[in-house]
Amino acid sequence: MSSLIPAVVIEDFRERAHEALADKQLRNNFRNAMDSLMTKRAVSFSNAHEREHLRALGNAVRARALSKLPDLLERLEANLTRNGVQVHWAETVEQANDIVLSIARRRAAKQVIKGKSMVSEEMEMNHVLGAQGIECLESDMGEYIVQLDNEKPSHIIMPAIHKNAGQVADLFHNKLGVEYTKDVDQLIQIGRRVLRQKFFEADIGVSGVNFAVAETGTLLLVENEGNGRMSTTVPPVHIAVTGIEKVVENLRDVVPLVSLLTRSALGQPITTYVNMISGPRKPGELDGPEEVHLVLLDNGRSQAFADSELRQTLNCIRCGACMNHCPVYTRIGGHAYGEVYPGPIGAIITPHMVGLGKVPDHPSASSLCGACGEVCPVKIPIPALLRRLREENVKSPDAVPRIMRGQGSKYSRKERLMWNLWAKLNSSPALYRVFVKAATRLRGLTPNNVGPWTQNHSAPKPAARSLHDMAREHMAKKSGASR
Amino acid sequence: MSELFYNAVPNATRVAPPLPTPRHYPAHKPRKVYLFGTCVVDLFFPEAGMDAIHLIEREGIEVDYPQGQSCCGQPAYTSGYTDQAREVARAQLALFAEDYPVVVPSGSCAGMLREHYEDLFKDEPDTLKKVHALAERTFELTEFLLFVCKVQFKDSGAPIKVALHTSCSARREMNTHLHGREMLAQLGNVERIDHSHESECCGFGGTFSVRLPDISGAMVADKTRALIETGAHQVLTADCGCLMNINGSLEKQQKALRGQHLASFLWQRTGGAQ
Repeated sequence: MSSLIPAVVIEDFRERAHEALADKQLRNNFRNAMDSLMTKRAVSFSNAHEREHLRALGNAVRARALSKLPDLLERLEANLTRNGVQVHWAETVEQANDIVLSIARRRAAKQVIKGKSMVSEEMEMNHVLGAQGIECLESDMGEYIVQLDNEKPSHIIMPAIHKNAGQVADLFHNKLGVEYTKDVDQLIQIGRRVLRQKFFEADIGVSGVNFAVAETGTLLLVENEGNGRMSTTVPPVHIAVTGIEKVVENLRDVVPLVSLLTRSALGQPITTYVNMISGPRKPGELDGPEEVHLVLLDNGRSQAFADSELRQTLNCIRCGACMNHCPVYTRIGGHAYGEVYPGPIGAIITPHMVGLGKVPDHPSASSLCGACGEVCPVKIPIPALLRRLREENVKSPDAVPRIMRGQGSKYSRKERLMWNLWAKLNSSPALYRVFVKAATRLRGLTPNNVGPWTQNHSAPKPAARSLHDMAREHMAKKSGASR
Repeated sequence: MSELFYNAVPNATRVAPPLPTPRHYPAHKPRKVYLFGTCVVDLFFPEAGMDAIHLIEREGIEVDYPQGQSCCGQPAYTSGYTDQAREVARAQLALFAEDYPVVVPSGSCAGMLREHYEDLFKDEPDTLKKVHALAERTFELTEFLLFVCKVQFKDSGAPIKVALHTSCSARREMNTHLHGREMLAQLGNVERIDHSHESECCGFGGTFSVRLPDISGAMVADKTRALIETGAHQVLTADCGCLMNINGSLEKQQKALRGQHLASFLWQRTGGAQ
């Protein structure tokens, strides 16, 4: 069974975090951006009573959708098909890429323009299509910026949030050869001009999906730049890619979810564009794509779905509020996580996608302060799920039932033994008394260097007398006095 | 506005789950309470535990400190060692036989008793009854003083500026984040100064602080900087985990500022320890 223990545990999360922490510019960029986003969210939910009702409702809508997920997915497929949308199922990212590639080949596509899609990041679609000679261009301004700099998104909503205007100015000047400007409006205009032409040249437009509505066969996409609408209407083929959890039962369910999403993400009452895509161009219509495809990707989601506690991970509507409010994410940024989804939601969803063995430190990268759970619009108990993943992480790799791929990636017999001893000590009053007595008597012997603790703190020194001692004496005196 | 949303979903979910109601407190002071001191207080800040006892006794309430107590089990629980946490939790459950309130001078340990023992014993219906009864009568010290004892403090100290750090568990599990403020507001000579990013974690997080010391260290560095920037003479907190983290960091940085448990401060300012 030792083959179940991952042979190579990639332990570089700590290194990346270490480097990010030393990068003052990066720290400032994130602190400022996250402060602004937290304020915007707070302002947009100024009525706490309404906010809490809405969150409870969002949670109920998502829980209901997940409770009948297989049924809803079938209804979604049937209704999309009826609308003329071609539905494809992919268990793995490889299968999803094959589906996209086969459509691209059939259409002899050379250029793809993309709206924003985190699922396409899961698939590494740009890379895969690029290797086949198909240019894949990001049209969301943030995604465009990170693509131009050969980077990956550092935030699921604001992919280039790790850069400030000056850094984007340098990038545009160097890569696009335009005159240097730090003016944000001008920078956006430069980007838009480049992209505008590309929309007309593209053979395929790719987008994500915010909500897939089973009842009507509608793909709902919210965005602020208009690039989503352009990507999904101008090229002759539109391919939408999404995770299987994004389905909701009916259009009415979408109302509270959109409100929660835009307010939690950016403090907006609603986005500038709300696209509701329900099929290709019909005879007699003047615009719209000739073909519309939906690729439904599993990529580990069904593993989370199978466990009633972990299933709550799939409530996520990808607003990013948990990362905006996370003191860890705010300090190390998104790239340190090294995966598509950073921050608290990344820490609970990535292990299902890539296996715990590849991201053993992610569930530990939290003080469990609870800020993520407090703001989650669909009330995912993120701290509880982080703790649960820690439990899966320290289990024996052989323990059954095996709920997660990469279970036991932090299993250590030594550490388990240590906790067993700790448990004995703290559940036996006699042993505990001996321990405390020894610790207080021998306080002078406390070493000055106690591993990682003394990296940030002076050495801890037990008190001269324990509370047990002091309280016992106090109570004896009191009862003596009262007698 | 929100009517729109209720009407937007079918019957099954139209009635959103009720909002958590504010905690109901007993109308009268109990005759006697148990103090659950917590392991960090026991070993590192026993004076905070004693001052909590003094504050409660001054209200005419007898305090029992069961000598069999140790730790609430939280370090193992948050590290993923659930069985070990359960073993320790079971030992604590056996200590509070009478129906007296259990007062805890720490938000996170009170939160463990009140919120997480339920998870530990979810498969043991009989134990669960005990767990729920315990949760019902577990109070964080500040809420016990403020809402059960309805304390009215008279300040007898010299003018002082303080900064108050609230633990994340007090804020998000126990909802006692405003209680410290309210009690400090009763002290006429005490000026409480807000610090930047007050609601943010100090970086302790139990074993998090030793598992990922780089990240935890960056958090406590920011927290201590914000506290120092207030110009306060003293830091106060009602959680000794945070206190150990913040004081340890301040001492390592060789700063003069130090933190103290709120119980000690309240006791000293109101005529105690004289």
